[in-house]
Amino acid sequence: MSTIKLTVNGKAVSAEVEDRTLLVHLLRENLNLTGTHVGCDTSQCGACVVHIDGRAVKSCTVLAGQAAGSSVTTIEGISKGDELHPMQAAFRDNHGLQCGYCTPGMIMSAIDIVQRHGGKLDEATVRQELEGNICRCTGYHNIVKSVLDAAGRMKVAQAAE
Amino acid sequence: MGVEGIGASVVRKEDRRFITGKGRYVDDIKLVGLTHAHFVRSPHAHARVKGVDTSAAMKMPGVVGVLTGQQIVDDKVGNLICGWAITSKDGTGMKMGAWPAMAPETVRFVGQAVAVVIAETKNQAKDAAEAVVVTYEELPAAADIRAAIKPGAPQLHPEAPGNVIYDWTIGEEAATDAAFKAAANVVSLDITNNRLVPNAMEPRAAIGEYNEAEEHFTLYTTSQNPHVARLVLSAFYNIAPEHKLRVIAPDVGGGFGSKIFIYPEEMVALWASKKVGRPVKWTGDRSEAFLTDAHGRDHLTKAELALDANNKITGLRVKTYANLGAYMSLFSSSVPTYLYATLLSGQYNIPNIFAEVISVYTNTTPVDAYRGAGRPEASFVVERLLETAARQLKVDPAELRRKNFITQFPHQTPVIMAYDIGDFGASLDAAMKAIDYAGFPTRKAKAKSEGKLRGIGLSCYIEACGIAPSKAVGSLGAGVGLWESAEIRVNPVGTIEVLTGSHSHGQGHETTFCQLIAERLGVPISQVQIVHGDTDKVQFGMGTYGSRSLAVGGTAIIKAMEKVEAKAKKIAAHALEASENDIVIENGEFKVTGTDKSIALPMVALAAYTAHNLPDGMEPGLKETAFYDPTNFTFPAGAYICELEVDPGTGKTSFVNFVAADDFGRLINPMIVEGQVHGGLAQGIGQALLEGAAYDSSGQLLTASFMDYAMPRADDLPSFQLNHTTTLCPGNPLGVKGCGEAGAIGASAAVINAITDAIGNNKLEMPATPDRVWHAIHG
Repeated sequence: MSTIKLTVNGKAVSAEVEDRTLLVHLLRENLNLTGTHVGCDTSQCGACVVHIDGRAVKSCTVLAGQAAGSSVTTIEGISKGDELHPMQAAFRDNHGLQCGYCTPGMIMSAIDIVQRHGGKLDEATVRQELEGNICRCTGYHNIVKSVLDAAGRMKVAQAAE
Repeated sequence: MGVEGIGASVVRKEDRRFITGKGRYVDDIKLVGLTHAHFVRSPHAHARVKGVDTSAAMKMPGVVGVLTGQQIVDDKVGNLICGWAITSKDGTGMKMGAWPAMAPETVRFVGQAVAVVIAETKNQAKDAAEAVVVTYEELPAAADIRAAIKPGAPQLHPEAPGNVIYDWTIGEEAATDAAFKAAANVVSLDITNNRLVPNAMEPRAAIGEYNEAEEHFTLYTTSQNPHVARLVLSAFYNIAPEHKLRVIAPDVGGGFGSKIFIYPEEMVALWASKKVGRPVKWTGDRSEAFLTDAHGRDHLTKAELALDANNKITGLRVKTYANLGAYMSLFSSSVPTYLYATLLSGQYNIPNIFAEVISVYTNTTPVDAYRGAGRPEASFVVERLLETAARQLKVDPAELRRKNFITQFPHQTPVIMAYDIGDFGASLDAAMKAIDYAGFPTRKAKAKSEGKLRGIGLSCYIEACGIAPSKAVGSLGAGVGLWESAEIRVNPVGTIEVLTGSHSHGQGHETTFCQLIAERLGVPISQVQIVHGDTDKVQFGMGTYGSRSLAVGGTAIIKAMEKVEAKAKKIAAHALEASENDIVIENGEFKVTGTDKSIALPMVALAAYTAHNLPDGMEPGLKETAFYDPTNFTFPAGAYICELEVDPGTGKTSFVNFVAADDFGRLINPMIVEGQVHGGLAQGIGQALLEGAAYDSSGQLLTASFMDYAMPRADDLPSFQLNHTTTLCPGNPLGVKGCGEAGAIGASAAVINAITDAIGNNKLEMPATPDRVWHAIHG
């Protein structure tokens, strides 16, 4: 057992976990942040994507101990109070989700995609970049639409800041 | 329509919790004293269990209990049932072998549970499961249909000689044979419908909770139909009587059919919670999902089409072997029979049809309904045959279809179904226009000059949804009625709760069903709450599958609404001193027509509950229920056209365009409908190009992870062009037909027709991987 200290969604937290504990389990079991999901056991599906120090990472491939000292953002930490993150709003407005299970990972990956590509996103790039996130409901059509829509919204939001 | 009424693409009410990480799925639920279960599973496809030694596991840290198949038998927990009786052509019933929730004596597929370890943490349960020593005596296995039916094949169940469960027929054999004898042309195809794994993104999970003082059980489960789960768990599995069992299916992360069934793991979690005296949670991992979620499809078919000299179809003859896996899952028997062969007429006027379906046991995971359930297999047979016929007869595939379309309704097919309405020509026209069918030869020539093989493929599908008229399915062997129920509670302050027996696991009921209320009462959807998925709240329900929620569940809501409105009008008329016949409902108000007198819904509701001044003899309250049993199936239909290019150097397929023209009747929320079509198309295209469960000859599942089973990813799929044509369903007051399965039913034939058109070789099996396509091109 080890005590892991890290920052999650802006708050300093610590948890006593077995050394083999994965970050996703620390988030779900110890911190009750159940928005981050587990959809597979081979790091393929991306339902567990969170941001570690600003980069999208599959939290099922990271030991909790590896995240010690870092700043983790989960789906629960991206809206500002009642104000949704532009990516969340875009998923809702474009019907980019159905059962909602892959959605947190999709949104966290998509934010990272937009941040990395800035204004240069097109459909083909979004589709290629979403390779690591599996959705069984939407056929990706509206997810791609959501990401492209959010890319525009995020640019506007950035310009306003 | 109002801004939130019928026909409005209202943004979904349920989305806020999902996009903020506040969904509540089974694995998110924690209970006081919760323990965790991990199953010990068979590594063999077929073996005798000689012994299960749990002594070492019992001593492991955190272990609360280890339970075995023998204890399931000793506790008289019932074997798993199959809820649809199929009669063979010789009049005998189906030959069903016993399926205990954990195997006491024999295992028949890799992954079958033998024992379960329950511990304080999931990791402790997993560790201790490693210490359970099971001694097996391996037996020879039959891993596919051919291996199961050949002489001398390993026998799975003593009840089913030769591994044949039933040999069932439909249609007129002699008349069909005569049609083939008289035919000017006969087209014949051997078809493999590949085996698929549903792979809802949320793995199955269950929490059993037993309250000793109350002798009451609660089961939280990933179910598409919690009331059916409760019924089966109590009536057949003897775990808890219905009035002492509450089943809750909270947010469920996709189903696609695979979460209809009551699986061993849910049974064991519930049963074990009483054994260990603590709540027991089991959450499957993806490998367990691959091994134990019911798979889909897996047919071997020989299909023949007879045509006269004018290219009119005169007969269809089909012989299908269906793989049901090692045990008969809950609705497995009905999928390759009444959900498959009854759709073999497709959109066509076919006077003579005869089909024989032989379902067999194999040492593989059980097979049951997966999105479309039988109808994709039927549509694939019909649409591959039509395309092949067009090529063989050297006529345009669209014209051959059009020539044979059913144009008069109602239309009785030779295989039970009575199509109520449709306009197949309109869908085909819309799809051809959208893809510029006429311009295809030019595009093909241009692609050729660039070294690419371009193809176009059509698929004109029909399905039977709105499942189902109870009397009809009862006469065909179904063990349940397939009506739906609804309850509408207008609260004293005028807010409305709609309790439905349907279950939403992605379909958006919380929005669509609210729109039905908004349309009728003119209230905002924020005033309406949809309640589903809890047997303690909802009176009863048959659940969600077979694109039935709106056509059957939605109609039940309308029927209950009619009763609510009738009573509310009486109350309003009494309050306004008017005749109830003069009361109209507009924008949430009850108005006396032709006057300025009105009373708002909350005041009517309050009057109903205060009961100070109700019409004489009226009961207080404003709450009504309805049970709705449909009179017929509904028949969504449409045309899909796929245009693609094949790189002859690599065999890789790239989409150019995929066009859909669907007739779902009236659309309540077009945005949600289109989302359903997108998802269905992705699964149909996945079947055509990517997906296939592969077993080796010993019965090991080679594709048991997302590393090995090719799920469609974003860059495997195109954006889709959707179109709608409309004939209103005459069978229900909403005029709706259902939209959940269409894409999965129609898409795969369009893709395979397009690839085989591109490469000029009709022999190509699904999934059409680059390797297979390359070999089909180059031999």
